[in-house]
Amino acid sequence: MMTSRSGSIKAAVQEGLRRRYRRERRFRWLGLGAVVLGMVFLLFFFATIVSNGYSAFVQTHILLDITAPASLGEEWDATQLERLSYRALIRDVLQAQFPEVGGRDDLRALNKLISPGAAYQLREKVMADPSLLRGGASVWLPADDEVDMLVKGHVDRETPEANRRLSDQQIAWLDQLAADGRIERRFNRLLFTSGDSRDPEVAGIWGAAVGSFFMLSVTLLLAFPIGVATAIYLEEFAPRNRWTDLVEVNINNLAAVPSIVFGLLGLALFINFAGLPRSAPLVGGLVLTLMTLPVIIIAARAALTAVPPSIREAALGVGASKMQMVVHHVLPLAMPGMLTGTIIGMARALGESAPLLMIGMVAFIVDIPQGPLDPATALPVQIYLWADSPERAFVERTSAAILVLLGFLLVMNAVAIFLRKRFERRW
Amino acid sequence: MNAVSEISNVAEPDSNIAGVVQPVRIASVDDGFQTVGDYRSERPVIEARGVDVFYGDNHAIKNVNLDIGMNEVVSLIGPSGCGKSTFIRCLNRMNDTIDSARVTGSITLDKEDIYGRDMDVVLLRARVGIVFQKPNPFPKSIYDNVAYGPRIHGLARDRGTLDEIVRVSLERAGLWGEVKDRLDEPGTGLSGGQQQRLCIARTIAVGPEVILMDEPCSALDPIATARIEDLIDELRQNFAIAIVTHSMQQAARVSQRTAYFHLGKLIEVGGTEQIFTNPAHKLTEDYITGRFG
Ligand SMILES: Nc1ncnc2c1ncn2[C@@H]1O[C@H](COP(=O)(O)OP(=O)(O)O)[C@@H](O)[C@H]1O
Ligand SMILES: [Mg+2]
Repeated sequence: MMTSRSGSIKAAVQEGLRRRYRRERRFRWLGLGAVVLGMVFLLFFFATIVSNGYSAFVQTHILLDITAPASLGEEWDATQLERLSYRALIRDVLQAQFPEVGGRDDLRALNKLISPGAAYQLREKVMADPSLLRGGASVWLPADDEVDMLVKGHVDRETPEANRRLSDQQIAWLDQLAADGRIERRFNRLLFTSGDSRDPEVAGIWGAAVGSFFMLSVTLLLAFPIGVATAIYLEEFAPRNRWTDLVEVNINNLAAVPSIVFGLLGLALFINFAGLPRSAPLVGGLVLTLMTLPVIIIAARAALTAVPPSIREAALGVGASKMQMVVHHVLPLAMPGMLTGTIIGMARALGESAPLLMIGMVAFIVDIPQGPLDPATALPVQIYLWADSPERAFVERTSAAILVLLGFLLVMNAVAIFLRKRFERRW
Repeated sequence: MNAVSEISNVAEPDSNIAGVVQPVRIASVDDGFQTVGDYRSERPVIEARGVDVFYGDNHAIKNVNLDIGMNEVVSLIGPSGCGKSTFIRCLNRMNDTIDSARVTGSITLDKEDIYGRDMDVVLLRARVGIVFQKPNPFPKSIYDNVAYGPRIHGLARDRGTLDEIVRVSLERAGLWGEVKDRLDEPGTGLSGGQQQRLCIARTIAVGPEVILMDEPCSALDPIATARIEDLIDELRQNFAIAIVTHSMQQAARVSQRTAYFHLGKLIEVGGTEQIFTNPAHKLTEDYITGRFG
């Protein structure tokens, strides 16, 4: 009797076990499927960006033999070099390369092979090394973006001439240059060192990167101390009452407010009311501070709550004051969590563009900002501007800028993980 | 906020529940209840008189009188939730950290009112040290654990004095021999028993008059427990000690006086020997003979 009963229990349990295992397997597969799906999307995303963007890291250059213009004479000084028309110099050099070309229109078409920005490049090179003008020197200068697109194969030379930006004649000249070994794809230094430009071949992200840097510096300097201090006050010192509850609820709500609303607030508060300059990284930083603060406060409070109460009791028990307890024991233990939260918040701020549009950081700015009050854009806004530009060459540059931004974000997240691992302590 | 003088046993909530559903009550714990035995000590350091503690509406300690005397160990025993921890935490105002906790009655340390206006809570906790149930060393080096209290109280002028305090404290806690070569290793890396002795050393280092211990051995194995018990016996030479314990054997081994708590009331207090051999109150007898607990 006893055995039969325990036997039936065993059978029932086994039946149940099978169901349980089945459920577990199903759950495992579901989880795995979700992960795989996520990875597929991520891979697709990276593949698109990289395949679109990698070609922007090189730029077609044309080799030109430089000769000093006749107007310069035998002896010259730096002022004369500065005043020299390098545009004319390039025109002359090109014409020397193709002596058979004549007529205004043809000459203009020939000139269009070289970037309008090439004159600045040449000027920079000559100012750095005046001996280039002594004759016999050759210089690689950026080709026009249409040429660049053709060389990179983004434009099909089989399309009818009417639908092309480059004429058959221009393509013939290019072929001749290529045959002479005067066309080469070289590393696109300008992409990393110059500011924005209407000409894609000389447009760069440096101006936007510097703008982002100033902005994030302002954000970090304000949001981290204020956020941590707020969290410490709310978590350790504030009495629990209706007011602190209200503050808490509102901080949580602020974290969920769409970022563009912070932009509107910044416009009203910092520009219209406080009279700070438009398009300035300082204002951008202030707006991003408002946006990041709730995130940092929430993360910092979570980090503080995670510190075991036994540590607090231990500190109080030997006669530490509340402030000493917080500074000596709670804060060091909570710091990794706070730093992680801060970096995640900063990474979000780095990728934010909507609020910056509201405060005029979307302007076309060529100069590299020298300080937080100079007009500037930010990396994500630069991406937005380029994505909106009609030139074909901006397509790849947009993707390249996205890659750079992703690189920054990856680095920041890696730093967050590193800090967490490095300062994580057992208790 | 001088709640001390209002010895309030008047507004006992017991009277509120007349007519409402009566909770199951043990008949002998009545309203006008008086502690059995002499709660006074020959050389009192801490004197608690008419102490009541409330957590919000929960009346956790009811009209308790008890002395903690120099060179003696008082053990506090009783079933879980009877208020032993609550009472002991009143003695150095650790309950201040709990928002809902409210203490009334009078507790004095060397005749000074603990809850008085002139009493600085930081100084109080330096004079009345506490050791907790779960060893809770700081996640710092062994040295820094012991040196922390003296440092914040400015007890050592120079490094030499501090080293001396650390050494003496660890010696008194019976830990010096085991850790003297690795003072810069983390205190959290020690075994449970060593950690608890480190916590005792940390408490001693501040030079308190009274040491409170809340079930200091409940997380330890028997060998570590025996070491701590020996240690408590030695510490008695210099301190007044109150220890909460769940083990009646432990109470019998280490303490000279024993106080039995039940549902927030101090039922009986007396010499440990007398309590364990000849308890006067029925509840005490039931508890120590293991009828409940
Ligand atoms: N922090 C607290 N907040 C509210 N009630 C508490 C708190 N700590 C203890 N209590 C209550 O006080 C009573 C006594 O608890 P405690 O002193 O911990 O008992 P013991 O230490 O004797 O087991 C219990 O009813 C418990 O629920
Ligand atoms: Mg307890």
